[in-house]
Order: sequence, then C-alpha cells, then structure tokens
Amino acid sequence: MTRFILGRLVKSVFILLAILILNFFLIHAAPGDPAAVMAGEAGAADEKFLADLRAQFGLDQPLYVQLWIYLKGAVQLDLGFSFRQQMPVADLIWNRLPATLLLTGAAFVLSLVLGVIAGVAASARQGTWGDTVISTLALLFYATPLFWVALMAVVVFSVWLGWLPGFGFETIGAGYTGFARALDIGRHLILPATTLGLFFMAIYTRMTRASMLEVSRLDFVKTARAKGLRHGVIQRRHVLRNALLPVITLAGLQAGQVFGGAVLTETVFAWPGIGRLMFEAINQRDYNVILGVFFVSAAMVLLFNLITDVIYVFVDPRIRLTE
Amino acid sequence: MRDFWKRYCRNRGALIGLLILTLVILIAILAPLLFPQSPWKMVQRPFLPPFSQGDLLLGTDAVGRDVMAGLAHGAYVSLLVGLVSTIVALAIGVPIGASAGYFAGRVDDALMRFTEFFQTIPSFALAIVLLATFQPSLTFVIIAIAIVSWPPVARLVRGEVLSLRTREFIEAATLSGLGNLQIITRHILPNALPPIIVLASLMVAQAILLESSLSFLGLGDPNIMSWGYMIGAARTVIREQWWLSFIPGMAILLTVLALNLIGEGLNDALNPRLTRKSK
Repeated sequence: MTRFILGRLVKSVFILLAILILNFFLIHAAPGDPAAVMAGEAGAADEKFLADLRAQFGLDQPLYVQLWIYLKGAVQLDLGFSFRQQMPVADLIWNRLPATLLLTGAAFVLSLVLGVIAGVAASARQGTWGDTVISTLALLFYATPLFWVALMAVVVFSVWLGWLPGFGFETIGAGYTGFARALDIGRHLILPATTLGLFFMAIYTRMTRASMLEVSRLDFVKTARAKGLRHGVIQRRHVLRNALLPVITLAGLQAGQVFGGAVLTETVFAWPGIGRLMFEAINQRDYNVILGVFFVSAAMVLLFNLITDVIYVFVDPRIRLTE
Repeated sequence: MRDFWKRYCRNRGALIGLLILTLVILIAILAPLLFPQSPWKMVQRPFLPPFSQGDLLLGTDAVGRDVMAGLAHGAYVSLLVGLVSTIVALAIGVPIGASAGYFAGRVDDALMRFTEFFQTIPSFALAIVLLATFQPSLTFVIIAIAIVSWPPVARLVRGEVLSLRTREFIEAATLSGLGNLQIITRHILPNALPPIIVLASLMVAQAILLESSLSFLGLGDPNIMSWGYMIGAARTVIREQWWLSFIPGMAILLTVLALNLIGEGLNDALNPRLTRKSK
C-alpha cells in the first residue's frame, strides 16, 4: 500500500516537471521576445521591468541555463510576477485557490452522489418510463455546453424567480460572520456547483446504469438470489459495490475535466477562483498568470488522482492483495 | 451494408440524430447562399426580438447583426472544426496507438507514458494555454483541440491492435513476408475500424463543445462568427436579452446531441454481438 502510493507520488512529480518544461518551451515558442511575453502583451510593462526579467531569467544565456533557472524558481514555488496585478503569480493563485477547491469539491460530490443514485434508480426500472426519463435527461445534459447551462440557470433562478444569487462568492458589504457567512456562501455556491456538476452527473448516471446491469447478470448474483437473499440486499451489498468500481475509476480520470469546467463556471458566476483568474488573464494577455494557473491546476488534478487511487485501494481489496 | 443500415435504423434515437445532423449540414452548406452578406454586418437596429420582423426571423443582436445569419454561418464553423480536428486527432492517435500495440515492449512503454502525460494534464487548460501562446486563428483552434483530444484514440487503437496481433491471419501475413507497415495498415487497422468510427463520431461532438467553450472565453478566431462567440458576446445582456444566448446554445445542444445519438446508433450497427449481449 505505501509502495503503491509512493510510486504514484514519484510519477506525479515527473509529470509536474514535464509540465514545467512544456511551459518553458511555450514561453519561447510564443511570437516575440520572451521577456515581453512573460510581462504580458500590449505594452503593459516598462523597460526597467523587462530588463529585470531578462536578468532574472538569464535570457542572454544558453537555453539549457535558462531552463535550469526557470525550473529552480518553479520548484521554490516562484511562478513569476504578474505585472498587470503587481503581485507574484503564486500569491494571486494562493488567494484564489480555496474558492475553486470549494466549488469543484462540491460539484464533484454532488455529481457523484446524485449520478450514482440516478443510475441505480434507472437500472432498477430498466425498460420502464422512469428509466427512459432518467436516461434521456442524462443524454441531454451530456450534450449541453456547460457555460450555457450556467447562463440559463442565472436567467431562470436568479433573474426570473429570484431564488438564488447568480453572481459572486458572498453578499458584499453584508458583514456576515461565522455561521451566517457560511450560509451566505452556501447560497451563492448552489447554482455554480449544480451547473458544474450536471455534465459529470450525466456521465456517472450512464456509467452506473450500464455497470449495474452488467454486474447483475454475473454468476455470483445468481448465487445470492438462489440463496434466497432479498432483492434490495442483493442490489446494495452485491451489485452496487462491484458496479461502483468502474465509476470510481472514471471519476478519477475526470478530475482534469472538472477543472476545465470550473474555468467556464467561475467565469459565468464571477466566482473568485483560479478559473476566473485564468479568464481575466486571457483578456489581459497576462501570460505568466495563465501558465501559473495551468501548472497549479495540473498539480490539483494529480493530487485528486492520488486521492481516488487511495480510495480505490480501500474499496477494492484485490489491489491490496496483489501488492 | 444493407444489414448495417437495418441495424442502425432499429435505434430510433440514432435516426432522429441523423435527421438533425442532416438539417445542420444543409444549413451550413446553404449559409453562403441564404445569407450572402457577412454575418458581421449590421442590418437593423439592435435588440430586435425574434419573430418581430418577417425577414429577420430570429431578430438582431447587440449591434444589430442578423442572428439567423450568424447561426447559419456558425453551423459551418462548428461542423468544420469538429470534423477537421477529429481527423487531425486520429492522425496523431492512430499511429501512436498502433505502434504501441504492435511493437509492444519498450516502444509500448514509452508511447503509453507519453499518452498518459497528455491524458493527465487538464485538457481544457492546455487548450487555453496553447491558444494564448499562439494567435487564435481557426487553424490553431483546430490544432489545439486535436492536441488535447487524441489520447483516447491512442489507447483504444492500442487495445484493439494488442488483441488482433496474436490472431492467426496476422501470423500468416507475417510468415508470407509482409513488412510491419503493411501488416498494420492492410490487415490490422481495417479490422479495428468499427470501434474507431464510433469513437470518432463522439469526438466530433466533444470537439464542437470544446470549440464553443473556447470561443465563449474569447479564444476563437476573431474574424469568424461561431456559436460560442455569439453566446459570449450576448453574456453582458443576459438579464434583458436572454434569447441572444439561448438560441445559439440550443444550436450547440442539438448538434452535439445528434452526434452522440449517431455514435450510439453506429455502435449498435457495427458491433451487433456486443449489443445483443447487453440487452
């Protein structure tokens, strides 16, 4: 078990290193002077800042020396300086990261729980109208652009019905503290987390349904039935537990996609996370910030994969046995 | 072929999908004839609601452009990006997957590490980074989408090749002295085609979604009218003129849904045994 996780950790470090090297070459592949690229386009930076950048990254030295300087900085979590925001990129991201973790975490849990419930419900009613309704909804949400669902949710639930706030992280100037503040943030979280979760919920619903149907045809389920176990017990203890394995694998693989969706959702809802930060950086051509968010999101995905791996070890004892 | 068509038709959803897609293709092809003017041209006063004027069926947007014309020209862009980026992704993924599966051993290890790397990094963020690095033109949008969507192809092809490699007809081909390249292209890949076709149809759908998301964020080609751009441009007036975002979004939804349905139909038609087993 420890060896398994250690192996995964080493692999993650190599992937992060490869991303840094990729970032480095992208800075150099971008048209124009690398210092100007890092400072952000549109003449935002002054000459002195460019000169500082050139000195700091050794831009007059051979490429491998530059790569070394870049990597050394990144390992110390120095992701460069945002000239636009007058702040180190690492600080910018650090301030915004909790909001993104809250949003993606909530969306992930919501999509997985509701997706599995819907999938089990559909498989239990295979062929009836209930199954058809669930499967059709899943098919629809799977084909819907995430940012569009988000916009429409704002129109319906915020503008027309006025039920939920469609904008921001909390009520500005309300001065809530403690529990009241948490409640306020929770209210703001409902729409973004639901819209971000819908697409993934559709995937998990389809997967759970197919997986449940497949497992329930296996021999050990017949045995359980022949033993005289009640239907509900068989579904819960025997079918569901085994049917969940491919769903967990898929959920782990999907971690990167959840972040991609977060960029879109945060943009629509003005959610102050790193996805929104990336959107602002795109508009301002703040290249260092774009690369920084890319790196941190990859690190997040790797961490997430690691967590699913650990969960998998606990859910599927066969992995522990082979170690 | 007739068998294939009969099995495809048995899936009602797949037929509906084919119908919708045919309609979208027709609109895309006829766009230059139906709306010869540039979709960027101002034709009326802004914010004309849909169905209020006979010749402007869907009204006008914030700067008085014809929404229907934008929709038609956008259909062409969406289909083009979806199709071409999928072809490029296949051109990257198939050779990588085929070599990994056929040569196995170290080649397989190296190629699969490479594939895994691309599969782990958040693909949407990578597409953003690529488009922020190079000027967003239609070509780069297509390349960026292809770069982030080839890994599943490589994995699928590798698996197919691995299982076909040990079959007797391949051994016969090897014994008859055919070269590796010929065995792969003439004997292995044609047999691996059905699942690749199914995956490709789903990839076109995902590519259209990805393109619309990128243009929504302002990373599309600034000279080309696309559905994602229309939604992004209408975002600021979402509270009053919600339909300006609603209409192009429905177009994306229907097109992507149609492609997904077609993918399922193709799956039924091309893998008859698999379907029967799962029913």
